[in-house]
Amino acid sequence: MSEAKSAGTRLTGSEILWATLEGEGVREVFGYPGGAILPAYDALRKFPVRHILVRHEQGAVHMADGYARASGKVGVAIATSGPGATNMVTGLATAMMDSIPVLCITGQVSSKVLGSDAFQEIDITGITLPVTKHNYLVTRAEDIAPVIREALLIAQSGRPGPVLVDITKDAQQATATYDFAAAAPRPYRPHPMLRAETDSVLKAAELIRSAKRPIIFAGHGMIQSGAREQVRALAERLQIPVASTLLGLGGFPASHPLSLGMMGMHGEAWVNHAIQQSDLLIACGMRFDDRVTGSLATYAPNAKKIHIEIDPAEINKNVKVDVALIGDLAQVLEALLPHLAPRSGGESPWLREVNAMKGECAVRDIQNLPDNGHLYAAHVMNDLWHATNGKAIVVTDVGQHQMWEAQYYKHEDPRTLITSGGLGTMGFALPAAVGAKVACPDREVWVIAGDGGFQMTAAELSTIAQENLDLNIAIVNNGYLGMVRQWQEFFYDKNYESSPILSPDYVKLADAHGIPGATVRTRAEVKAAVSAARECKGPFLINFLVEKEDSVYPMIAAGSALHEMIRRPGNNPLIETAEDA
Amino acid sequence: MLHTFVAIVQDRPGVLTRVASLFRRLNVNIVSLTVGHSEKPGVSRMTIVSEASPTAGHRIMASLYKLENVLQVDDIGQHSSVSRELALIKVAATPKTRSHIFELVEVFRARIVDLAPESLMIEITGVESKIEGLIQVLTESEDRILEISRTGRMVMRRGQHTSRVLDAMRVATSESEAETIPAAEPDTVEEADLPQ
Repeated sequence: MSEAKSAGTRLTGSEILWATLEGEGVREVFGYPGGAILPAYDALRKFPVRHILVRHEQGAVHMADGYARASGKVGVAIATSGPGATNMVTGLATAMMDSIPVLCITGQVSSKVLGSDAFQEIDITGITLPVTKHNYLVTRAEDIAPVIREALLIAQSGRPGPVLVDITKDAQQATATYDFAAAAPRPYRPHPMLRAETDSVLKAAELIRSAKRPIIFAGHGMIQSGAREQVRALAERLQIPVASTLLGLGGFPASHPLSLGMMGMHGEAWVNHAIQQSDLLIACGMRFDDRVTGSLATYAPNAKKIHIEIDPAEINKNVKVDVALIGDLAQVLEALLPHLAPRSGGESPWLREVNAMKGECAVRDIQNLPDNGHLYAAHVMNDLWHATNGKAIVVTDVGQHQMWEAQYYKHEDPRTLITSGGLGTMGFALPAAVGAKVACPDREVWVIAGDGGFQMTAAELSTIAQENLDLNIAIVNNGYLGMVRQWQEFFYDKNYESSPILSPDYVKLADAHGIPGATVRTRAEVKAAVSAARECKGPFLINFLVEKEDSVYPMIAAGSALHEMIRRPGNNPLIETAEDA
Repeated sequence: MLHTFVAIVQDRPGVLTRVASLFRRLNVNIVSLTVGHSEKPGVSRMTIVSEASPTAGHRIMASLYKLENVLQVDDIGQHSSVSRELALIKVAATPKTRSHIFELVEVFRARIVDLAPESLMIEITGVESKIEGLIQVLTESEDRILEISRTGRMVMRRGQHTSRVLDAMRVATSESEAETIPAAEPDTVEEADLPQ
């Protein structure tokens, strides 16, 4: 089809769709056919685009999402009209909340019957208004190429986000002249409210120089902008410790001496204490989400705040800041760094104090735990971290296991933790891991899901089997909707209403898909099972039967200040000491 | 606090609903919204009056700019501007009872645009307080108001303040000199609340 690109041939709308995607570098899509998108599917065989057939359209969008998070490229999902499109809404909202570049293509009934409640007709552009960066309804074949090209540009530019393109059946079938170059979008218009003038930069530099107790916040924006080296330079030049949001984990290497770890509701205690003691927060690509701040009234009471952020709408949204540098993080830091001379002298008193906090507040010492037969999820995470040398791509679902993973798997590199943060979508892990593996076929990819979340999208096991993807699937199985149970324990008087959940025998379920597996009941069995999964050339599932009523600590209750953390009660077998694992 | 935004948007199907959906998502109440053609073909002008906290203006403006069809946003705020609204008010009135309404209409510099045996229709243009004044007076004098239709506020800055208008002026002068028109600078946005 490549000769068509230059010739300006007459092609059908469907062919134009794939030719444009091919021209834009798209080589994989995740989708599910149906009546209104059938013409597009019929044209697919003429193009070098791999189609992965899913089992639910929600899975298709999560796969495109995981693909984008792992690779940094736009992930593409395709589905039919009506229920196919509505099934994508959760996936779009997930991508929207975490600013992930995803393109969803949906079929639509013929433009002649639009608005007549035709079979499988739905106003998907209306439904997805709040959960997409932008969306389009395409009714003519000649609009397909420019719309697709513009949609891809919008998805990736500025603050990334999902874009939906709804294409009527008659547009797919009609013919038009295809000219890839002529369909080029107008150049991306940066947000008119970007602002990082010299005097703001100078003011920020002044604040940084005079701060005695500064902390850098490394958020998702650091990974999206590729600003790792700049943040590192800032941290090292002035010896400033770095705290991370959930989505920022891996942006700044966990093993770096200045790395503090995750902040917020389930962040480690010393990180939150440090924030409350701080006199300057340098927020890099994060949005002061409520999971991170605790009660806003008492948040970092003594700290000035510098906010480096690409989306002007986030400035002063939750937290009033002193200096806002609105632009791309890497670029802003490049402008800021020349104004900051390296700090001389040894370890600053602040750094000494922060490191001492690490010792006092304690880290769980996994190695010192008695092996009393109980398998704790924390064990699973820590052992997995050791076994993979912290180098795997880990895709988590949502819940307690997600928090334990964030606490115990130390991510060194960006794009190695793939997790639904803003929307907290259960069922995200299994499909997102498919996307990540397709994006990075040579990398080791682990799925970590709770028994609740896994069941939500378990049907994608068939996709994994059909595509024979080498995925290691770990189910952290405690027989409960764990995070719900934890909240019911802490705040609803242990009224475990509808939180106990029955699971199938996951190893049998995997076997039914032709996927090998193992059940792990004790600490001693973990290592062997993990090795078996890693050695297996193809998918492998491990069912970890963990302690049923364990809770994630520390925890900041709703309405509490960041330093008012609930800690693990003293007489619990999970002993906390100062030694790191 | 009431915020008044003038948004210059592409005249395309669905733009109105995108803007309305945005306000819904931000949980900001729209008090009035009026939209119509602007001086440029293919471009519409929306005037949105919304109820939100004093510091919310920055976020609303920034969020409007994130909509792909929005070309420029102006937060009128305290800037010197002309604000107008039009209302049609139908009042119950018989030939015996309507003469005092004629006097009120005279005082408010409004107009009678319809006269029927049992009602008359008043057209009034002005700032909101003037329109509300007339409605209040009619209510107090026990005239039965049968129908009110209001357009919502429309605003325009005094003088030639926005960069858009400055650009338009620049184009007009350089056209007459037949020179190449320099590329317009990106719309500069004035900020009251943004920390520096």
